[in-house]
Order: sequence, then structure tokens, then C-alpha cells
Amino acid sequence: MRYKDQELSGWNQFPKCRCRVTRPERYSALVPDSNQSQIARGLGRSYSDMALNEAGQVVLTTRLNRILAFDPQTGTLRAEAGLSLDEIIETFLPRGWFLPVTPGTRFVTLGGCVANDVHGKNHHNTGSFASCVQSLELITAGGEYLQCSPMTNPEVYWATLGGLGLTGFISEVTIQLRRVESAYMHVEHHAAEDLDELIELMAEDISDYSVAWIDCLAKGDKQGRGIYMQGRHLDEDELAPEHRIHPLAPDLPRARNLPFNLPRTVLNRFSVKAFNAWYYAREARKTSFASDYHSYFYPLDSIHHWNRMYGSKGFIQYQCVLPLESCSEGMHQLLDELQRQGHASFLAVLKRMGPSNQAPLSFPMEGYTLAVDIPVSGMKAATLVTELNAITLEHEGRVYLAKDALLRPEAFRAMYPGWEDWLAVKQELDPQWRFESMLSRRLEMNHE
Amino acid sequence: MNKTVLILGASSGIARGTAGALARRGHNLILAGRDEEELQRISSDLSIRYEIDTRIRLLDIVDLASYEEFCTTLLHEGEQLSGIVCAVGYLGEQEKAFDDSGEAVKIIASNYMGPAVLLDQLANMMLPHKQGFIVGIASVAGDRGRQSNFLYGSAKGGFALFLQGLRNRLFREGIRVLTIKPGFVDTAMTYGLSGMFLVAQPEDIGEDIVRALEKGRDSIYLPRFWRYIMLIIRLIPEKIFKRMGL
Repeated sequence: MRYKDQELSGWNQFPKCRCRVTRPERYSALVPDSNQSQIARGLGRSYSDMALNEAGQVVLTTRLNRILAFDPQTGTLRAEAGLSLDEIIETFLPRGWFLPVTPGTRFVTLGGCVANDVHGKNHHNTGSFASCVQSLELITAGGEYLQCSPMTNPEVYWATLGGLGLTGFISEVTIQLRRVESAYMHVEHHAAEDLDELIELMAEDISDYSVAWIDCLAKGDKQGRGIYMQGRHLDEDELAPEHRIHPLAPDLPRARNLPFNLPRTVLNRFSVKAFNAWYYAREARKTSFASDYHSYFYPLDSIHHWNRMYGSKGFIQYQCVLPLESCSEGMHQLLDELQRQGHASFLAVLKRMGPSNQAPLSFPMEGYTLAVDIPVSGMKAATLVTELNAITLEHEGRVYLAKDALLRPEAFRAMYPGWEDWLAVKQELDPQWRFESMLSRRLEMNHE
Repeated sequence: MNKTVLILGASSGIARGTAGALARRGHNLILAGRDEEELQRISSDLSIRYEIDTRIRLLDIVDLASYEEFCTTLLHEGEQLSGIVCAVGYLGEQEKAFDDSGEAVKIIASNYMGPAVLLDQLANMMLPHKQGFIVGIASVAGDRGRQSNFLYGSAKGGFALFLQGLRNRLFREGIRVLTIKPGFVDTAMTYGLSGMFLVAQPEDIGEDIVRALEKGRDSIYLPRFWRYIMLIIRLIPEKIFKRMGL
């Protein structure tokens, strides 16, 4: 197949590398190349190097996005893995169906959701994306079409969920949608004065959806102050009169576009401090309100190319999860380290996570997850992330491989103790490592 | 009466874009082409997304002998053919065709002979209703013969001329004929080719085609700026053009 020689990067624009890119348009053209390594890539929203492959080819799946079956009684949807959540919402929300689990952007493909076993604001009660994946089809390195589910080929199923696209081409995915009566959300905000109060608020989280924004510049006894944001779907009879006319088709705010990379100096400690103070005061005042689903689940999708905010050198989104026992201490240490290195992030998010699943490389585990953006400028970001990794590891936490850019092989193995189980399945399916990425090489995932 | 649009060459990128734009407006579709599995996938996708009726028909455009059966069994009882989109095309390899007359025949048969003969027969099925449309996908390559692809280009150029005549013939019968000359469109046909610029997305082209139909146009370039590019290319004197390495 013809290919394009193209510079690619993850959503965070770091690292960048030249890749040979192919794009099959027919299902029959999605065939593993036995002469070179490959990795599938969907809409390119994962971070860093998981969908890069400088040593072989990158296979774009975006044209393989056909909906194959939908049962309007049960809400079961079977589609090619290149289908985006955006298209699913556009097609099925007007019919009263929504995604049971959604990450913070709708511009991701089903295949990407599976390969990263993504999570959303309801992880504490629903679990990760795996919980809505009934089955999937995998095209293995040997050219076999494997149907996998928790009942059929369960090892392959679980190795593929969170498997970073390394078990083969995820070609088809069957998911279970959930019923909603409206496209609106009920949202409640609670301000918390410091980190411990925030953790307390989320400890016994009974809300359907929840997340907390933290002001990571607040210091001393205000460290980790933030806004805890709860949400749930509104039923039709709870809607405001103006929303009842088209309960499933809200008027969405028009998306804007950031047309170029901002200079790195725009986001600095002072501008972010001012923003955080303003945001904290503003959001704390909103105690309870209705929101359309898009503004609630996908606030950053209203600015196309928001990743350009951090400049052309890109950024690292650091996301880790710490278990319940060590969480408070660990989070304080992480925030200390961020502050010590003078780092300013206005996107810092804390979230309670529920129990992990059986997938050996799936990120979520019971505890709290923290996500912060760290602009890349010189070696500073690398030093900071290395320190943060050490704190995470020390507290028996782990970092999210869909976002990680700098983890070392030893740390990966310590954080994901199930990796040996995963490797056993991988060796069985693809002993020659025809599915490989820059990330799998960086983490030396092929070494026993 | 059920109105249905027939898409010929339905698994191509432009066809998929156009089928989507028609489906969004509620047209039922028959998708015809060679690749059964692919047609089936596109068919289920369109029927579920847009809640319309779709079905597939196998058709190999170079198999002229199959046309009669294709036409007689195309429609269900009481179904009316309200439109045809002919997106059949085969770029082929010009270099290969110099040594392999089979390739040359395939290029000419796929891009000109097949579409012309089949559309001629299908048009007859539309005559009694005195309404409907035919969209033919020609190409900017058909406007001037160039060393790099003149087999493809001449076949597409011939097809454009055929569509012009068909428009003339069917105008009084109430059937409109629209010629589309696409420039570079981001499909498998062009992916990874060098020298591509200002490449358009097939969904946008599909939407533009249906809008052009609604506006009653006869022949357009898509994206529209290609009319200026082609105007310049057509205006270059042959004395100079023959020396150029286009």
C-alpha cells in the first residue's frame, strides 16, 4: 500500500518523529505487514509516543469507521474500530443513547478507547471502558481474525484492553450504550479549602459522575484547594421548560479554534496564578446548575487545537493514580514537587477511582488519580517528571501509559506487576513483535 | 412510490461521501460495486446512521455482458429510480499500460466504456417518470492530455463529453445530468501520491455534489477553485504545453 512520509506526534506535540503512514480504506486492506513493524493510530488524541513508530509503519484507522449493527431495543452497537465517540454521540444521542464511559474528549476512536482502556468521570462506580465492551475482533500478526470477549479468548480480550495496540489490529468493537432521557446534566460544585478536604469529599463518592479541579499553585495550608464537581444525567421531567422542546438535541456552543502555537511565555506562573484565583472564585459560586452534556463532559473540545496553548515544543500531561492508603501523603508530595520546581498548570484534575479490572496493563486502580499539564521547555520538564515518577512509585501508584512520555523500563515493570501475564499473551500472538511502537521500545516491553 | 438512488462504484471515497450526503437527506440507496464485503459494510453504516433503506448489488463495470441482467433486476416492484451517481473509476498505472495492453483496456473500459454504456441503459429506465438526476464523476485529468496519465485522462474526458450529450438528450425529458470534475480528493486513489496540494475531504465533496444538484448546475469543478487552475492549464498553447513535464 502507498504510504506518506509524515512527521507525527501525540496530542501533546512531544515527542515528534517522522513515520511512514498508511491509511487503509477497505476492511480487507487492514492486513498486518509481515515485513515491518506497525502500530495502529486513530484520531491521534493519545499522548506522547504510543501511536508513533519510527522503525516501521503507522496505520491510520480513521477511514475504517463504519457502523455495522445496532439494536434499538438493547443499545448494543457493533462498529469498526475507527469510529469516533463524536460520531456515536451524533448518531445515537438523538435516539436516547449515550456512552456508558467516556474520556474527556469525544474525538477519539473506539479502537483507541480499547487500546488505552480509557476512563471517565464515573470510574468510581462504573469502571473503565472495558465495562461497556462486550466483544472485539482482533487481527493478529499471523493474519487471524480473533473474536474476543470476557468469555471467548478472555486472555486476548484482557491483554487488548489497555494493551496499547500491541496485540494486533483492533478491527471491530461491540459496545453497550446506556439510555438517557435528556442531553442535559445536573451539576453541583463544592469548594474545598485544601487537599484533605477534597479527598474527604470524594472518599465515599455516591454521585454518578465526579471530578475535582485543583489550584496547584495554592501553597501551605491551602495546598490542593479546589472545586469538587458532581454531575448526573437529568431526566426529561426535571428539565427547564426551554430544554424540554428538544431534550436530546441541545444547542451546543460553537467550537473555537486555536489557529497557531502560543509563545511559551503566555502561560507563566503569574498568568496561571491569576487564572486559578479567578476560576476558583467563579466556580465556587456556582453551587448547582444544569449544563448540556457537551460542556460537562468535553469542555476542552470547544477549543479545537487547545494543545497549541503550550507552544510548539509541546507538553507532558502527567497522570498518575495512588492507592487509597498512601494517597493523601503522596498527593501532597506530588504538589510540593510541582511547586518546588516552580511549575504552573491550570489544568490539574483530581478524581476518585474505583477498583481495577483484570486487564494487566489497564491504568485505573482503587485510589485517586491526579493529572497535570507540564509544558516542555529544555530539560526541566524531564527532571520534574522523573521526580514525580519516583514519588508515584514510592507510594505504590502508577502512571497512565496513554499519556506518559518518559517512564523507564524498570519503573514500568514495578508499576504494572501484571506485565508478565500480558507479555505471555503477546508472545503467543506476535512472537516477532510485528506490532510495536516507540513506546513499547522505550519501555523495553519485549524483554522478559 | 419508493424512490431510490443508485450509486455505481459505491465503495470509492467520493461515492461514500456522496452517499452520506444523499442519505442525510433521506434518499434510499442501492450500492453497486465489486467488493461485496465492503459494500455490505458501507450499506449497514448508511442505513443505521441515517435510518434509510439500503441494499447492495454486485457489478463489475468491465463486464458489459452483465448489464442487461443488472438493469432488469435492479428495482423492486413499484420502486422508482430517482437518481444515479456514477463514481466508477480506475486510475491504473500509465507506465504499466504501455507494456500491458490489458491494463490499458481496463483503464479505458472502467472510466469510459463501461460507465457510458451502462448509464445509457439506465437512463432509459428513468424516462417514463420524466424526472430524476444523473451525476457523473469525471476528472480534471480529462481537460487536457498530459504525459503522466493521459489514458485515464482521455477516458475521463470522453466520459465528460458523453455526459454533456446525455444532458442534452435528457433535458427535455425532465432528467438532469450533472458533471463533476474533482481535483485532488483525499481518498485511497490519491493517498501518498506526490505532488498533491489543496486536497479536499470526500465528505465535503459529497455534500458539494448534492448541493450542486439542488441548485440545478450542469458541470462543475470541485473544489470550486479548480475551475481557475484548469482555465490556466487549458489556456497554455500546445506549442509550450508539449514541452512541459506535467
